[in-house]
Amino acid sequence: MSARIGVVLFPGSNCEQDAVEGVRAAGGDAELLWHGDATVGGVDAVIIPGGFAHGDALRPGAIARFSPIMAAVAEFAGNGGPVVGICNGFQVLTEAGLLPGALQKNRGLKFLCTTVGLRVTSTGSVLTSGTTVGDVLRVPVNHFEGNYTCDRSTLDELQAEDRVVLRYVDNPNGSVDDIAGITNAAGNVVGLMPHPERAISELLGSADGLPLLRSLARSAAVAAV
Amino acid sequence: MARMRFSVLVEVSLREGVADPQGQTVERSLPTLGFPGVSGVRVGKAIRFTIESPSEDEARAEVIDLCRRFLTNPVIEDSVVTIEAMADAV
Repeated sequence: MSARIGVVLFPGSNCEQDAVEGVRAAGGDAELLWHGDATVGGVDAVIIPGGFAHGDALRPGAIARFSPIMAAVAEFAGNGGPVVGICNGFQVLTEAGLLPGALQKNRGLKFLCTTVGLRVTSTGSVLTSGTTVGDVLRVPVNHFEGNYTCDRSTLDELQAEDRVVLRYVDNPNGSVDDIAGITNAAGNVVGLMPHPERAISELLGSADGLPLLRSLARSAAVAAV
Repeated sequence: MARMRFSVLVEVSLREGVADPQGQTVERSLPTLGFPGVSGVRVGKAIRFTIESPSEDEARAEVIDLCRRFLTNPVIEDSVVTIEAMADAV
C-alpha cells in the first residue's frame, strides 16, 4: 500500500495540483485537504504547497497559520508526522512557528523565476533521506520573498544540528548561509523555497525533484506502518 | 462601566540590522529623480484601526499583544504603537 500524502489547499494556493502530480510520480498516493477543515484526515504526510495563501495579506503565511487545519498540522508534526512546506508553504511553516526564522524580500528586490542548483547538505530529514550529501539538484524557484533570515543563535543551532538540508549553489535571493531548505530538530518538518514538484520529468526541464519527493513518500510509508 | 474608543496607529518597520531591499531601492532611485540629499530610507507599513477598551492602558496592552501575535513577525519586524482617545464614548 502506498502512503497517503495530503496537500493542503488554501484560498490562493496555486501549486497544489503540481504537488499532487509530483507525489504520484514519486510513487505516493496524493489527495487534497481543505484548509478550513480542522483535521488532516488520517494522511501519512502533509505538504503545504506554493502559491499565495489568503492572498499573502499582511505577510506571506500570516493569515494561513490561523486556518483551522493548521492546529491539526501542528499536532501531526508534533507526533512525528512528515510535513513539508514548499515556497509559500515554507513561509506558512515559519509563521506558524513549526520552523524557525523568516522569509524576507529577495535581495535586490527581484522576483525570481528560474531554475537553480541545490546542494544536499544534510540527509537527516524526511525530504532528503534518500539523497546523498553533495548531490546537486536542478530545481525551479519562483518567489519574491525567499530570502531566509534568522537571528545568530538560531543560525548557530541550525548549523550545529545539521538542519540546513539544502543550500543554493549560487545564492539567488540573499538567504543567510545560502539556505534553501531547513528542517526541525526531529527531521520530520521541512521547509524549502524551491519547487521539487515542478522538476519531475526531463520533459519539464529536470527530474531532480523526484529523489526529494520519493524520500517524502518513503517517510510517509514508514509513518503509515 | 463606560468603555472608551481609541484610535490606534501601528507602524511596522524592519528591525535594526535587517536588510531593507525596498528602502535601498527607493534610496538608490532618488538621485536620478533630483533628490540627491536623501538618505536612511526605510520602508514599512502603517496599520490603523479603532479599539474599544475600559482604559488606555488596557487598550495599549491589547494592541501590543495583537502586534506580537499577528501584525508583526517578531523575527524581522518591530512596531511602534500610537494610541489616542476618541471623543465619542461607547
